Amino acid sequence: MNTAGLSLEQAPPFSVPLRFFLTAPWFLVLAAALILWEGPGIFASRWLPATLALTHLLVLGFMAQVMLGALLQILPVAVGVTVPGPRLTAALIHLPLTLGTLTLAGAFLFGLPVGFIYAAGLLGLGLGSALIAFHIALWRAPVASSTVIALRCALGALLVTVILGLLLAGSLSRGWRFPIVALTDLHAIWGLAGWTALLLAGVAYQVVPMFHITPPYPRWLSRGFAPLLAGLLVGWSIFILTDWTLVARIAGMALTAGLMMFAAGTLYLFTQRRRKISDPTLGYWRISMVSLLAGAALWLLTRWIPAPAIAPQVELLLGVLLIFGFAVAVMNGMLYKIVPFLAWFHLQAQLLGRAKVPNIKRLLADAPVRRQQWAYLTTLLLLLAAPIHPAVFTTPAALALGVTGAWLGINLFGVWWIYHRVLDDSTNTAIETAQ
Amino acid sequence: MGTIVNNLLSKREKFLMTIVDFLAAEHRRCDEIFTIAEEAAHTGDLAGCRSRFQQFQTAMEQHFQKEEQVLFPAFEQATGNAMGPTRVMRLEHQQIRETFAVMSTALANGDLEDYLGEAETLLILMQQHNIKEEQMLYPMSDRFLGSVADGVIQALREFPAEPRQ
Repeated sequence: MNTAGLSLEQAPPFSVPLRFFLTAPWFLVLAAALILWEGPGIFASRWLPATLALTHLLVLGFMAQVMLGALLQILPVAVGVTVPGPRLTAALIHLPLTLGTLTLAGAFLFGLPVGFIYAAGLLGLGLGSALIAFHIALWRAPVASSTVIALRCALGALLVTVILGLLLAGSLSRGWRFPIVALTDLHAIWGLAGWTALLLAGVAYQVVPMFHITPPYPRWLSRGFAPLLAGLLVGWSIFILTDWTLVARIAGMALTAGLMMFAAGTLYLFTQRRRKISDPTLGYWRISMVSLLAGAALWLLTRWIPAPAIAPQVELLLGVLLIFGFAVAVMNGMLYKIVPFLAWFHLQAQLLGRAKVPNIKRLLADAPVRRQQWAYLTTLLLLLAAPIHPAVFTTPAALALGVTGAWLGINLFGVWWIYHRVLDDSTNTAIETAQ
Repeated sequence: MGTIVNNLLSKREKFLMTIVDFLAAEHRRCDEIFTIAEEAAHTGDLAGCRSRFQQFQTAMEQHFQKEEQVLFPAFEQATGNAMGPTRVMRLEHQQIRETFAVMSTALANGDLEDYLGEAETLLILMQQHNIKEEQMLYPMSDRFLGSVADGVIQALREFPAEPRQ
């Protein structure tokens, strides 16, 4: 019998996922700085260069950093496979992704065709390395659990998103001729409803019932959701590109209904929670799922209104709900579980009983987490108000976003700092004892 | 104390056919007792927390012993691999037992704040371990053990209620 494919050893070195988690929050701060710099005009349309730069600071700088860093960490636990050469792989993803995001934002802001070429090269390298490493790992998964199925679909969607992104970069730098509006829409849909939503669903199947002690997701939902959504995405894309408008509309609505079902199902599971004591992460999950429901409902509503009547504000609201409300919230919340636990885990492994390891509440207390959550919620509301009344709400929204991002960054950095202090103390004690 | 776990076995569960179902149900029962102990700590009920934690630890220890003495040896024999997944699972059991010891110390000191912090840590440690077992090791056991699986489930069922020291 072959069990060679099964590796339950967990934990790549702490630095492997941590570099992503410590980088991501500062992209929120950078996004805030960009809004402040541009002023209320940034909320005029989603097609403005500055708005596109802002969007990519959030989806690549924050979301992709967190998702790829988390995948490096959770594959051994959730799927039973390790990513080969974790340090090298992490470096090959993290550095090009970080530099590529900055270059892309710069290319949009300053309208530099050559910038798009460099950005495409860097992001192609970073995301390409991630795709290759994770595809190899997932092919070797010994059991095709519902999480494995969802992760495979999510990675397929990431591949489509990256290819569409590279084509768009080609059209902006080299003047390749494409239906640029349709491709941009598809790029955004595959990135959000494909890669992001399916990855979060795959993680939710295990994280929600196990860590919040709720009943499991119904089996039909956990096994069927990802393949169904991926199929609808493929169908929708083909119908859009072939101008088969009515069928495309139906496929889009079915996809949206699927996302709403997942969000409502997750919210329902939280009402069945057996663990009665409060958990700050839960707030982020609820905000995230409510935002997904609201975003999907708003999108459905726009399908009934003739296209010219849709104000640019509606598209911006959709962006705020789906990117900042849905995706950033749940990732912000999960970072508060992952980072302190990993610090504890690696301390325990390194100290081997030589010193008491501080538990995760001592590494990161609930109070700063809750306060940052209020900052996050304030930011979300201000960002929702900004497209409607840019003159009034742009500056407060930007300031709140900066505070939220920096606070998250400081909270996570604090965990890392204690981690090093505990390690140093134990080394010093060991040296003193030896002397 | 261990008899409580067996008494909790409902009639329905006696007809469960797979290793996944049988052992995942034990995880859920342990989770249940964990939350009750945590709730007691949260409300400041030291005596209640002590007794529930004791119950939780006994249930977990019995579950670990079932795996270490029945399931893992069967898996290792069927796959010819004693250094693979089961070795990691045994190491993680040890890690969880060490956290129990820290939780016991917190309760002995009457420090419920410390207990809650350790409990939060344990929850993540325990659940990531359970995820590995429920998502991979148990389904693989069902697959690899084939016709032997029924015998293994029978042996798990008949495992003595009092944990061996």
